[in-house]
Amino acid sequence: MRHEISILIIGLLAVLTTASVVAAILSARAPKPLSSTLVNLTQRINAWWVMVALMTVAFFFGRYGMTILFALISFAALREFVTLTHTRRSDHWVLLGMFGIIIPFQYWLVWTAWYGLFVIFIPVYCFLLMPAITALHGDTERFLERIAAQQWAVMISVYCVSHVPALLTLEVPGFEGRTLLLIAFLIIVVQGSDVLQYIFGKLFGKHRFSPNVSPSKTWEGLIGGLVSASLLGALLSFVTPFSPPQAAAVAFVACSMGFLGGLVASAIKRDQGVKDWGHLIEGHGGMMDRTDSLVFAAPVFFHIVRYFWTV
Amino acid sequence: MNRLSLTTFTLLQTVTSVGLSALAWMVTGVRPIWSGSLPSDRQRIYFANHTSHGDFILLSACLSEKERAITHAVAAGEYWGKSRLRRFIAEDMLSSVLINRQWTKPEENPIEIMLSVLDQGHSLILFPEGTRNMTEEPLLAFRSGLYNLSMARPEVELIPCWIENMSRVLPKGQFLPVPLLCRVVFGAPVAVGPGEERRAFLERAHATLLALNPRPERDD
Repeated sequence: MRHEISILIIGLLAVLTTASVVAAILSARAPKPLSSTLVNLTQRINAWWVMVALMTVAFFFGRYGMTILFALISFAALREFVTLTHTRRSDHWVLLGMFGIIIPFQYWLVWTAWYGLFVIFIPVYCFLLMPAITALHGDTERFLERIAAQQWAVMISVYCVSHVPALLTLEVPGFEGRTLLLIAFLIIVVQGSDVLQYIFGKLFGKHRFSPNVSPSKTWEGLIGGLVSASLLGALLSFVTPFSPPQAAAVAFVACSMGFLGGLVASAIKRDQGVKDWGHLIEGHGGMMDRTDSLVFAAPVFFHIVRYFWTV
Repeated sequence: MNRLSLTTFTLLQTVTSVGLSALAWMVTGVRPIWSGSLPSDRQRIYFANHTSHGDFILLSACLSEKERAITHAVAAGEYWGKSRLRRFIAEDMLSSVLINRQWTKPEENPIEIMLSVLDQGHSLILFPEGTRNMTEEPLLAFRSGLYNLSMARPEVELIPCWIENMSRVLPKGQFLPVPLLCRVVFGAPVAVGPGEERRAFLERAHATLLALNPRPERDD
């Protein structure tokens, strides 16, 4: 596995270095003061350096590192989500429970590989008990809106995100001890697809995909991004249990889900009247701005691998 | 007040302030938005909306270590002076200035106490509503302390600061904070105009602070 990880890290360093050099050349040639697009591009690339560094460190700590890292990502994402929703004073205990009980328990289930409870703890027990607690408080003002927002917040930020470290619990024959690479594959392909969609969109984007939801998404960006990300997936098949065509197909499905995740996140932001979820990552916005695609891709990727590749 | 050593920022206070600022960041990801004023070690009175005990922690977390060392929150003596433990937390750990709203003796005069802090070159955090706002109103009417201080020390800058979301993080009567993102918006300085009446000034300062709320349509 060390061999594959080294290749991935070298590859990422090469891509980031190229990106930084290109951005520096563009900035040096561009008229001053720099356009906001160029400033943002440099900020984004710098943030990628930090994110890749953090992921690499977490990788070296293996199962511990991944479980803790994604629990923290859930925390940051849930905080951003709840901040945007309407909450009332009577929601205090439910909100505390989301951060203090649901996140730790869900990640404990990931850690202990208790699959049966992992898949139903949030959609069955939390989804039934959270509105019950809210009802017991007796505050019915905007009740349905509040409980719906709380459930969707937990679904997106905790349940979906926790499927990334849960990949480590899958037992793929002939792939024992190498499941960390599944996480690397998923993240590189899905985040790569975001970047490639951004690049294709900036270079060739003409036809808006959905002007009402997200003005920056174009058909050219979508198609260019998905095709190239699928090729990237095929290229990375050597770190997976998939053959190259299988890897391309899995990458295509994951990245399509990722695109839909970005679209849904944009619709929520538009509804709430904000541009970004938060301000945690310079140039990108909040944690949810960076993970919206991963959130939709992770559970589907998890179940594809589980259904077709485990015994 | 006399036990409070205003000239030395003790080790205890430094540790407390760094610790609380770190905690504030972990829970709320607090971020200052400088909209009309800039960070400065000039002597200032920061005046803010008040909904939670955590308000001044959030506000001081937005200041630099150097500014924090000379900035004191004005707190209610009726509450924080009640027991020795509370007084220790307020005065020795948080280096707050305690004032009694129902004062009788001349040495308890709140304005005099606050002026004596200003005269040492230090800054204040003041909540001119006088109490935590638990109503549906976004901001209660101001008490006159802000006006009196500004008339007595016109050279001190009055900076309006809108603290966002804190009423949701730590509602009254709750002990555990819910992690939600908070911002503190620092506005342009306000000063008493030539010949401006007390009431007119307080209403103008009130409106200036209220106008800083970044999301007035959804303050819930």
